[in-house]
Amino acid sequence: MTESLGTASEMREALASGRTSSVELVEGSLERAQASASNAFVGLRAEAARAEAAGADARRANGDVRSALDGIPVALKDNIAVAGEPCGCASRILEGYASPYDSTAAARLRAAGAIVVGRTNMDEFAMGSSTENSAAGPARNPWDPERAPGGSSGGSAASVAAGIVPVAFGSDTGGSIRQPASLCGVTGVKPTYGRVSRYGLVAFASSLDQIGPFARTSADAAAALEVIAGHDPRDSTSLPDPVPPYADALDGDASGLVIGLPREYFVEEGVDPEVLACVREAVTELEKAGASTREISLPHTAHAIATYYLVANAEASSNLSRFDGVRFGLRADGRGLSELYRKTRSEGFGPEVKRRILLGTYVLSAGYYDAYYRKAQQVRTLIRRDFEQAFAQCDLIATPTAPEAAFRIGERSDDPLRMYLSDVYTVSASLAGICGLSTPCGLPGGLPVGLQLLAPALGEPVLFRAADAYERRTDWHARRPGEGS
Amino acid sequence: MSFEPVIGLEVHVHLKTASKLFCRCPVRYGTDPNHQVCPVCLALPGALPVLNRRAVELAVRMGLAVGGSVNPRSVFARKNYFYPDLPKGYQISQFEEPLVSGGAVPVALDGAEPREIRLTRIHMEEDAGKSVHGEWERADESHMDLNRAGVPLIEIVSEPEIRSSAEASAFLRSLRAILRYAGVSDADMEKGQMRCDVNLSLRREGSDTLGTRTETKNLNSFRSVEGAIAAEMARQAEVLDEGGEVVQATMLFDAERGTTHVMRIKENSDDYRYFPDPDLIPLDLDPEWIHEVRAALPELPESRRARFESELGLSAGDARTLTESRTLADFFEAASAAHGSARTVANWLVRDVASILKEREGSIEDSALEADAFAALLGLVDEARVTARSAREILEVLVEQGGDPEALVRERGLEAVSDAGVLESAADAVLAENPEMIERWRGGDKKVLNFLMGQVMRQTAGKADPAAVREILARKMES
Repeated sequence: MTESLGTASEMREALASGRTSSVELVEGSLERAQASASNAFVGLRAEAARAEAAGADARRANGDVRSALDGIPVALKDNIAVAGEPCGCASRILEGYASPYDSTAAARLRAAGAIVVGRTNMDEFAMGSSTENSAAGPARNPWDPERAPGGSSGGSAASVAAGIVPVAFGSDTGGSIRQPASLCGVTGVKPTYGRVSRYGLVAFASSLDQIGPFARTSADAAAALEVIAGHDPRDSTSLPDPVPPYADALDGDASGLVIGLPREYFVEEGVDPEVLACVREAVTELEKAGASTREISLPHTAHAIATYYLVANAEASSNLSRFDGVRFGLRADGRGLSELYRKTRSEGFGPEVKRRILLGTYVLSAGYYDAYYRKAQQVRTLIRRDFEQAFAQCDLIATPTAPEAAFRIGERSDDPLRMYLSDVYTVSASLAGICGLSTPCGLPGGLPVGLQLLAPALGEPVLFRAADAYERRTDWHARRPGEGS
Repeated sequence: MSFEPVIGLEVHVHLKTASKLFCRCPVRYGTDPNHQVCPVCLALPGALPVLNRRAVELAVRMGLAVGGSVNPRSVFARKNYFYPDLPKGYQISQFEEPLVSGGAVPVALDGAEPREIRLTRIHMEEDAGKSVHGEWERADESHMDLNRAGVPLIEIVSEPEIRSSAEASAFLRSLRAILRYAGVSDADMEKGQMRCDVNLSLRREGSDTLGTRTETKNLNSFRSVEGAIAAEMARQAEVLDEGGEVVQATMLFDAERGTTHVMRIKENSDDYRYFPDPDLIPLDLDPEWIHEVRAALPELPESRRARFESELGLSAGDARTLTESRTLADFFEAASAAHGSARTVANWLVRDVASILKEREGSIEDSALEADAFAALLGLVDEARVTARSAREILEVLVEQGGDPEALVRERGLEAVSDAGVLESAADAVLAENPEMIERWRGGDKKVLNFLMGQVMRQTAGKADPAAVREILARKMES
């Protein structure tokens, strides 16, 4: 079996020097994907990927190199549409559906020459924090196959952690990129809301969803985000601001950066003390790289989880109405319309999705709207304001990404509330629409944990600068499963 | 017991845009099913709506045309319900914050004082697709045509101020005229571009207490609106007369039987779980832009009608007829300017041109008649170079194929005969054939002159100058 060449930057150099070819890289990814026990993929596009790789090699031979990802194998979460490919959201209800169109992210990757080798496993419709809620069965954490890779983008995180692809893309609604990045020991980025087009991303919660990259280094993640970011006239919520060259400004220097440490996030309750210790140590490293720290407050943090689940489920209940068995996907036999709807949706959706549709329908119902949905929107405004005030005093905020390392598969399945608490550190940034990143900062007990850095809207450059400076001073991001801790 | 109806209308109108409200699919009528669709209007997973700015402009134009206030911020909301013709499982509409608040539509009924029906609001929304039932091999199959899904609509909601079916009809006609004048919609009810829901309750005459109302849905002609109102009034009156209570319900109108029947009872108000659509940002309008749209509005039917009466001296009836369509009113004004007498032009338009068009089932828009040619023809009549009867013949040619009236008169030999010798001998011949008429004339029966004139006209194939003939006949009989 071909050995992994490592990061996208290393692959880029190898391609440039002629030491390898895109065909060889893609072949390696396909082999490793097939051999992997991580169940990270729900589908491979071997033939198309090989053909595209040959095309990339031919272009390169003519001196036409399109981007930092040209010829490099990548993976996409199963909720990002690629023309001609299934887009199943790990759900039975989309059985037999293939997207006739490219998402904007997929189109930009295609134009950049990146080779999509397959679709990655996920929690059904991105609802979950473990990638156990999947019609394709649970994905497994490369660090310990008995443990979950986190979720909902667990397949994408695992595919990078297992060295199958150097870069994968997922979607983050309340932490679905950052939390699995933390649990799998890779870097994951949740861009500013509106930075990456949502066109072709199957909606879970429209006001929160963002596509973002997973990679083995922040530099790779920066290059990957640069490819997919930017204004898209097909997404009304897309931001018009130009995309700066994220990868160019990484010089290992964090001097002058003020890092805020929210006191509400550094309480001992509900968090593994070893996680907090790793994060504190990471902050110390950043100080050595020239950053300074100060305590800040995000006073509405305690309401974030409740607010998030009200807003996200309300939107989800409406977004998932289109899966009705009429136009595509699964259609159950039913006599009459309401039976068709009932049976299709009963058979097609898994229990977590049904739970959220019911909760969301309830909070939007007449008589409850003001008490739940409207109230949640008001609290959301307060949470956004918390961050505005905090960022008046600091450039970045540092927190744990998740309260603990990877948990065992099945351990949380019967306790949805406990599962929802996996998102305790990540949902606030989603509600505020700001950007965040998780990078590995320790391996207590042999399992990775992540440092979450948050920056204001469009603050991706500062996120990458700090994370890169940290990675240059540490090697947590370079540790691989099976190498020991 | 005598009841008075309290009626409010909700009118759905297709905006005259080239493409749909949230995608680039063309809006075309009569194409094959599911041929004007894309990922967005099919609601494929991942597709997102993008607002059509042209639709906003047309909706704003309508809001200004009815004197409503255009809200600087309005919000698109999702109206959630399941139906196969609604691909997303929700309709994008506006709820708490509509585009336009207020406004009014003038109505004029024969024999009644003109009044205004106030509007509650105008909001934007997308149309649904169409279910087609039982047209395939299996009669129990239903199929969906989503060509119409996503076509831009405005919903115009009136206050419950309408008091009769005739007034409802007049409201709709007035609304249609404004829509067409302002270029907002063709508002062709036959094509489904304008559809109407009727909210109706009865109350005892003189009472201020409102009764329970019903909503009769999806009426697509003036006749069905009038019929549905009459039927629902009768049904509710019967219920009340028998001591029963009207139940809040959604009704369907059976046009063949002329009756309404309950489609479903509204036990509670329908719960559509409206909430702001997170895929769309609030619609913020620049006051400067609203001002520009207002400045670009054409003169509207009501002010034009008033001007035709006061400035041009037309009768109220003629003024109303001539302002029903903007093309007709424009034509009238151009012809009047070229001819000089608005009243003459109005007479000819309302009587002769209207009847020629009616015979041909055409309209001024698709006729070949041009205002200058029309004015020139009337000029020839004024100068007695052609008789009214011949002019009517030429008019038919002009409507059919256009042309130069003078040349047509010449080609067809329709110049009026005013040659005294020709007219004298024709008169002599007619009088010689009708000696008894001369007796009756001399006995004081002056009406015989009309008969005799008709005879002379017949002899001259209608080309005789009537004034000259009248004078010659009278002179000869007197002598």
